[in-house]
Amino acid sequence: MNGLKIGTVIIVVLILMAFFAPWVSRYEPNDIQITQALLPPSGEHWLGTDQLGRDVWSRMVYGIRVSLLVGLVAVGISTLLGLVLGAVAGYYGGWVDASLMRFNDIMLCFPTFFLILAVITLLEPSLLNIMIIIGLTSWMGVARLVRAEILSLKERDFIQAARALGASDLWIVTKHLIPNAMGPVWVSAILGVAGAILVESGLSFLGIGVQPPTPSWGNMLLEGKATLGAAWWMTVFPGVAILVTVLAFNLAGEGLRGRKM
Amino acid sequence: MVQYLARRLLSLIPLLIGITLITFFVIHLAPGRPTDVLTDLNPKISLQARDRLAKIYGLDQPLPAQYLQWLSRMGKLDFGRSFVDDRSVWDKIAERIPVTLMINLLAMALVFVVAVPLGVFGAVRQGSFWDHWITLFVFVGFATPTFWLALLLMQWLGIQLGWLPLSGIVSLDFERMNFWEKVIDVSRHLTLPVFISAFGGLAGISRYMKTSMSEILRQDFIRTARAKGLSERQVLYKHALRNALLPIVTILGLSVPGLLGGSVIFESIFAIPGLGRLFYDGVMARDYPVVMGILTIGAVLTLLGNLLADLGYAWVDPRIRVGEKG
Repeated sequence: MNGLKIGTVIIVVLILMAFFAPWVSRYEPNDIQITQALLPPSGEHWLGTDQLGRDVWSRMVYGIRVSLLVGLVAVGISTLLGLVLGAVAGYYGGWVDASLMRFNDIMLCFPTFFLILAVITLLEPSLLNIMIIIGLTSWMGVARLVRAEILSLKERDFIQAARALGASDLWIVTKHLIPNAMGPVWVSAILGVAGAILVESGLSFLGIGVQPPTPSWGNMLLEGKATLGAAWWMTVFPGVAILVTVLAFNLAGEGLRGRKM
Repeated sequence: MVQYLARRLLSLIPLLIGITLITFFVIHLAPGRPTDVLTDLNPKISLQARDRLAKIYGLDQPLPAQYLQWLSRMGKLDFGRSFVDDRSVWDKIAERIPVTLMINLLAMALVFVVAVPLGVFGAVRQGSFWDHWITLFVFVGFATPTFWLALLLMQWLGIQLGWLPLSGIVSLDFERMNFWEKVIDVSRHLTLPVFISAFGGLAGISRYMKTSMSEILRQDFIRTARAKGLSERQVLYKHALRNALLPIVTILGLSVPGLLGGSVIFESIFAIPGLGRLFYDGVMARDYPVVMGILTIGAVLTLLGNLLADLGYAWVDPRIRVGEKG
């Protein structure tokens, strides 16, 4: 079994579904039909309807957009931060390295979920804020990774050669060091997407993530909790969607790691 | 060992200062004054009254002065008073910590008891039928949102089968029970929460255990042990397992922030009066003193977890306390 292939196929399918959501879904995700409320799965409504009569399948398809967007943007932010801070720390060493790594340690002390919860409620729960805050609280692993890579790379001969040829620090870091350190960074970014999707669904489940009526898997589960026992389809399917998506990114990430090493 | 301990404790000081700085910074990210929450709901409150309130909380002073004041009060465990019910924040936190701590310690114990054998098995029988199943379990476990699993189990064990209670930590008639009934009642209430908070760790720890064990099994001293004719049992449990467990000690220490963060979710699902629930309620009510207090204490608990793990590691492995320069 090849995890990388399975993961990639699922991710591609998800991206296509998110892109073509209006065609893949069969109803408007926010089309309220009170007379059709809480219908079990059927030919009409593949995955049933929720307490307002909205089609669960359609809402789940639109939920892919939210999850993928949060995952990609949050990981974009954290990877960029981790690259910059890790590269600076590893390349310059000395007190710069010491203080950046101390900062890293301090950030790692906070239960991330506490920090995210506090900041989001203090600002305002919105899709943009969620992505930014998840990104700002998850760069520490990448920074360590990049620093370690650069520490070992910067002593190599080809870096000495570049320096002897008069290359500037910025040139050496961006053209020689970072490109060679990217392997593990890609792996951690792909795994990071999975993590960010889980965090977003947790936040939305607590009611402080993506706000209704925008459908996200997390806030669908929150609605499912209210009808637990009466409408199992509202709880089961969005959870399966999260599981499959996170699994796909984890498989792809681990598969890639296995190939690189 | 004493020297190692002293070095380790000293290195905590900058971390503690950093933690308080970040907490302070986070709280002041919010637009408006923290006391706005108190005054917003009351349109009749005068401007003078607003300023008086700000003065009580020291908000009329420059930020660095406010920080120092807060820090010095915190040194005396004075985290201020809750905006919601005017009780001391420290008291509110102190009465919530035991429940959260108990659930998380039980969860850690469960993780340890289940994940270590799984990991060892996976390492020893690499590539076997069961090893594949364990790997699959690890991947699915990593990907399962625990709050969803909690909902499914509540639905199944709580509602459909009616075996386990759905919320809280004791039944309504708890006071009238005798000792053993109380023990049974609390265990029934804690079964799902402990299982759920352990679940996330199971996958992670069993994978670490497998990696750790397979690395040890490839080392020379294992071959030596086999070569001198020790039984496979002795090689595995006396030589390999003891060494393979070392990194797990550290990982358990590092898992404290994750467990605490997770407690927000499962405590609000199961309506457990713990630290996570208090934090969630505090955040929702914009009860700044409570939020600041828990953020700080959560981070300090994490530091303690790491410290204990390091000390445990140094205690069992002399190479650490001699080798590391701190």
